Amino acid sequence: MYNETVMDHFTNPRNVGVIEDADVVAETSSPGCGDITKIYLKIRDNRIADVKFQTLGCAAAIASSSMATELVKGKTLEEAWKLTRKDVADALGGLPEPKLHCSVLAEDAIRRAINQYRIDRGLAPW
Amino acid sequence: MNGSSAHKRQVYMDHAATTPTHPDVLAAMLPYFTQEFGNPSSLYSIGREVRRAVEGARMQVAAALGAAPGEIFFCAGGTEADNWALKGAVSAQRGRGSHIITTAIEHHAVLHTCEYLEKQGFRVTYLPVDRYGLVDPDAVADAICDDTILISVMMANNVVGTIEPVEAIGEIAHRHGILFHTDAVQAIGHVPIDVEKMHIDLLSLSAHKFYGPKGIGALFVRDGVAIERFIHGGAQEKGQRAGTEYTPGIIGLGAAIERACRDIEGHAARLRRLRDRLIDGVLRTVPHSTLNGHPALRLPGNASMSFAGIDGEALLLMLDAEGIYGSTGSACSSASGEPSYVLTAMGVPPRRAGASLRLTLGELNTDEDVDYVLDVLPGIVERLRAMSPRPA
Repeated sequence: MYNETVMDHFTNPRNVGVIEDADVVAETSSPGCGDITKIYLKIRDNRIADVKFQTLGCAAAIASSSMATELVKGKTLEEAWKLTRKDVADALGGLPEPKLHCSVLAEDAIRRAINQYRIDRGLAPW
Repeated sequence: MNGSSAHKRQVYMDHAATTPTHPDVLAAMLPYFTQEFGNPSSLYSIGREVRRAVEGARMQVAAALGAAPGEIFFCAGGTEADNWALKGAVSAQRGRGSHIITTAIEHHAVLHTCEYLEKQGFRVTYLPVDRYGLVDPDAVADAICDDTILISVMMANNVVGTIEPVEAIGEIAHRHGILFHTDAVQAIGHVPIDVEKMHIDLLSLSAHKFYGPKGIGALFVRDGVAIERFIHGGAQEKGQRAGTEYTPGIIGLGAAIERACRDIEGHAARLRRLRDRLIDGVLRTVPHSTLNGHPALRLPGNASMSFAGIDGEALLLMLDAEGIYGSTGSACSSASGEPSYVLTAMGVPPRRAGASLRLTLGELNTDEDVDYVLDVLPGIVERLRAMSPRPA
């Protein structure tokens, strides 16, 4: 059902865990299946210096979180904002159709974190 | 199932999904593919001999249910038997009424057939269950209307293994002169069945759940109960289910059901002991784990458990990587993305339903298998919880 890249990111997820002194933390959950993803960002000079995630969800949700954090690490906030679920699914080599909605969580949590970071600094959310 | 130390151990604990055909059953079947290939409807001797074997298998199935051979109709499996029972019974009863009573936790073979019948103009009541997955016979009685023509309640649930009070429900159905169907697919070989004592009019079964082959099952139709024919064609199965018989499958079903019902109590006691070791071990070693279903009124091989803070599909795939094969009512494992409707009907909160694991033990399993699962499972749950923003 899942390809090797997805299974690799599921069984050996990158960037899993907590950043104790994160600059911003955001969480999002799927109303459908109840999956939850939490994103921790450390931001230096408008760039994502470090990122960690925690996910309660299926293999697709965990692998998507892992891949999404890999894709935004070191990127500017503008670049990270542009990350789409399709980018994540493509980087994973595709997800089974019923699992595509699981890749939304990571995108959504990262965008929430970026907007929260902007709001915290008195900037208008994107 | 043994794996040598050089190979990964393999532990199959999904006997509710399917079972391997037992070698004795396969041996009984094999001649009917080759030298005993005759068509049982043929008049010459090689046809008549196969006819005799088919009728012998019919007697074996009948004996396992306390039925008469003439009440057994072979078909392709449990899903077909359920479809035939429901559609066939309500079509034949149409003049008497249009109301069907079933439960929220039936197999899709019953539920989706009922939904189809609703589109054809029938009314269906889907009875709720309690937190153990039990149907209340009083609720069945209360749901009966003047135009109720069929009650269908499964003998044992496939997800949580709860054994339903079919005898009490059958008694109520018959007191009201209403046909009673039961899906006994999960129950054969685990629960002693007597269609007389249990007031059953229609019963579905499938061979591959009790060490018989896939692709063969049967529907019991009580003598005198009218149901519409399912497949039109030749005179096979008294013209009710036309088509040349799948003779090797029928012979296999007969051999498998006789074998499975030879010592139900001994078989169940052995499974129950292994299963209880598994359940007790998991509940003791894994924090925030719970048993789904009824503590006592459950199939002897069923261990359905929930683990807070993780997802069932993720758990299943991690277990698969360790050679343990189970199943789940995971939130995300189905295309719909919905939690298991059975657990939801039992009032299990959706997030816990998502982290459910169904291990069903059977003849393949040993104490070493239980030890292996108890060795591996707690660490996997811990690993997934370490990734979770809501570890429990």
